[in-house]
Amino acid sequence: MDEDPKRPGTLDNDMDTLILDAASRLFRETADLQLAVLSRDPDFYATVWSGIEEIGLDAAAVPEDLGGSGAGLRASLGMLRAAGNVALAVPLAETILAGWLLAQAGIPLQSGKLAFGPSGFHDHIVLDSDGRLTGRIVHLPFARDCSRVALLAQRGNTLWVVLADIQDAELSVRDSLAFEPLDGVEFHQIKPVVAAPAPAAFTKDTSLLLGSLARSIQIAGALETMLDLTTAYVRERPAFGKTLSRFQVVQHALAQLAGEVSVSLSVAASAVDAVDTLLGQGRGFDDPEIRLEIMSARIRTSSAAQIGARIAHQLHGALGVTDEHVLHRLTLRALAWRDDYGNEVQWSEELGAMLRHGDGRALWALLAKR
Amino acid sequence: MTTTLEFQPIRLPPAVQALRGEVRAFLHEEMSAGTFDPDFPTEDWDVCRKFARKVAARGWIGMCWPKAYGGQERSFLERYVVNEEMQAHHAPNTFYFTADRQSGPTLIKYASERIKAEVLPKIIAGEASFCIGMSEPDSGSDLFAAKCKAVRTDGGWKIQGTKIWTTNAHRADYMIGLFRTSPSLPENHRHGLTSFLVDMRASGIQCNPIRQMSGIHDFNEVVFDEVFVPEDQLIGEVDGAWKQATTELAYERSGPERFLETLTVLRALIDLDRAEPVPQVSESVGRLVAELHSLRRMSVSVAGMLEAGREPAVEAAIVKDLGTAWEQDLPQRVRLAVARASQGSAAYRRFEDILQYCTRIAPKLTVQGGANEVLRGIIARGLGLR
Repeated sequence: MDEDPKRPGTLDNDMDTLILDAASRLFRETADLQLAVLSRDPDFYATVWSGIEEIGLDAAAVPEDLGGSGAGLRASLGMLRAAGNVALAVPLAETILAGWLLAQAGIPLQSGKLAFGPSGFHDHIVLDSDGRLTGRIVHLPFARDCSRVALLAQRGNTLWVVLADIQDAELSVRDSLAFEPLDGVEFHQIKPVVAAPAPAAFTKDTSLLLGSLARSIQIAGALETMLDLTTAYVRERPAFGKTLSRFQVVQHALAQLAGEVSVSLSVAASAVDAVDTLLGQGRGFDDPEIRLEIMSARIRTSSAAQIGARIAHQLHGALGVTDEHVLHRLTLRALAWRDDYGNEVQWSEELGAMLRHGDGRALWALLAKR
Repeated sequence: MTTTLEFQPIRLPPAVQALRGEVRAFLHEEMSAGTFDPDFPTEDWDVCRKFARKVAARGWIGMCWPKAYGGQERSFLERYVVNEEMQAHHAPNTFYFTADRQSGPTLIKYASERIKAEVLPKIIAGEASFCIGMSEPDSGSDLFAAKCKAVRTDGGWKIQGTKIWTTNAHRADYMIGLFRTSPSLPENHRHGLTSFLVDMRASGIQCNPIRQMSGIHDFNEVVFDEVFVPEDQLIGEVDGAWKQATTELAYERSGPERFLETLTVLRALIDLDRAEPVPQVSESVGRLVAELHSLRRMSVSVAGMLEAGREPAVEAAIVKDLGTAWEQDLPQRVRLAVARASQGSAAYRRFEDILQYCTRIAPKLTVQGGANEVLRGIIARGLGLR
C-alpha cells in the first residue's frame, strides 16, 4: 500500500482511535440529542465547547510544533462523524479546518472558535498591495459565535492564508435552515491579524473543498443516527394490530434508508482517506483524484440527506415533527449542511467540467485509480 | 450505534493495480483488433468462446481457485480488478463469467472429487460454460416454491420438470440447478431443495428460446424429461441446498457487474458534452459520476471484506440494490440531460443507438440475480426488522 513511510500506520491508527474515542465519549456525555432538545438554556453548548477545548479536539489538525494536538487531518475529520451523530451545533468542523489552514501557512494555533471561509462559490476575498482585506462572504457558518475567521484570499495572482477579526467585519445576522448562525460577513479594507502565502498545494476553491468534505462526514453521521432512531421506533410502535416493523412497506423504506447511510459513510470515509493520503504524497487540491473524491462525497451525501430525512420523518409520523422529538435536530442540520461550501449542483457542474478534460474512456481510468 | 454499517476505504494495493494495467492493455489490444466494440456488447457465442480462451491463456479465469485444480490461489481483490476491467469495457466475457463468479466456487466447496478434477480445469482453460437453473415457470425470485423434481434412481437421480429464464442454457456446457428432492417442512419452508451439476448434453433436455424485449436471445425455458444425473454430480447436501446458495450470494451481489451494465451511455454523454459543452449537461455528468464513484468505492470496500474472509451479506445486498437501481435509471437520466440537444449530428446518432440499447436492457437489471424487493427484505432482516 502507498502509506507515507514517515507516518507508520500503527502509530497513526492508535492516535486516530484515541481521538475518536475521546470525541465520541465527550459528545455522548455532554451533547446528547435529547438533552439538547429539552434544554432551553442558550448556553447549553458552552459546556460542550469547554469539553472540546479541554481535550484539544479544536486543535486536532494543528501540528504539535504550532501548538496543536497533531492528530492529523484523517483523525480530525474522522471525529466529525461522531459530531454528526449528535448533530453537534458548535463550530467544531470550522475551527478544525481553520486551524489546519493556518498551520499549512505556518501560522500557529489560535484560541477560541474560528470561522472558516470562503464558504460559497460567489464569495470573493482580496488582499490589496498594502495587505488590507476586502471582500464578502454571503453565508459564513457560526460567524457571530467566532472571534476570528481563517480565510483564503487572492492577492494579485497568488493565494494567501489570512486570519481576520470578526469584529472588524460588517455582520448581517441571519439563521440557517437549522436555526444556527449563518451570517453575512463583509470586510472593507481592514487590517488582518496575520497573513501568509498559501502553500503551492492550495487552489482558490480549497476552503470550499475542505468545507464540503467536512459537511459530507457530518451528514453521514447524522444519517447514521436517523437510521438508528427510525429502526428503534418502528420496532416498538404498534399500528393496525402489529408493530410497524412487520409491514413490508416499512421494511423496504428502512432498507432504502440503510442504503443511503451506507453509501454516505462509505464515500465520505473514502474521500477523507484520499485527501489525507494523497496530500501526504505531495499532491495538491488540483489533483483530479482528490477532487473526484471530495466532490463525489459532497454530491452523494447531499442527495442522501434529502432521501434519508424524508424516510426518517415519514416513518416517525407526526411525532417526528414535534419540537420535543430529537429527529428534527438531525434532519434539519443534514439538510442545511447541503448548502454550506458549495451546494451539490455547483459541485456537479465543477465535476462535469473537470471530466470534459478527458473523453468518455478517460472516465474509467480516473474512477479506477484507487 | 445500534446498527453497525462500516465501509473501510480500501485502497487497492499496487500489485493489484499493476494487474489492472495488464488487463487494460490486453483489452485495448483486443479492441484495436476489432474483437469487440465496448459501446455495443456482443452476444455472439463464437466471439465469447474465443475471447474466453484468450482470457484463460492469460490466467484470468478461476484465478483464486486452489492450485490442485489448476487455479493460482490469487487474492479476491485481484479477481475483482480483472472483472472490473472486463465489465467497464463491456468485454465479451459471457462464456466464462458465470463459471468464474459462482459455479466454480460452488463446485470447489461442495462437489465430488471426480467433478472437481474433471470440470474445474476445463473452466480455467476457458472451455466450459455454465448456466444457473433457479427460476421456474411458477416461481421466479420465490425459490422456495421450486417444483422441478429430482428423484432417486439407480446410480443417481432423475430430473423431471421445467426451469425458466435460464440465461445461456441453450449454449452452456453445464448447469448448476436447484431441484426439489423432498417437500418443504411446515417448520422449515427452505427444506427439500438440492443442487446438482447437470451436463447440458445429457439426453432428455430441451431448451426453448425466449427472446427479450431488447432483441437479445439469452433466456430459455429448459425442459427436463427424465434426465439422468449420476450420484457424484450431487452438489453438497441432499435437501439442504438453500443454505449453500445463500453463502455464495455475497460474491454474486456486490461485484462491479451490479452497476456498470449501462456505463456506455455515461461515456457517450461525456463525449457529447465535450463536443459542445452545456452547463446542464456538465451538471448531469458530474452528478452521475459522483454517484458511480460512490457505488464503486462501496463495492471495493465489500471486496475488501470478502478478501478478509468476512461474509458481508447485508452490505452486498445494499450494493446490489443501490447499484442496479442506479444503472437502471442511468439511461433515462442521460436522456433527460441531453433533451435540449440539436440531435442532428453523426455523433448524436451513435449516442442515440447506445441510449436505445441501454434503455432496452434497463428493466431487467433490478430483476436478474434476485429482485430488489428480495434484497430489501435481506437488508431489513439485517436491521433486525424481521
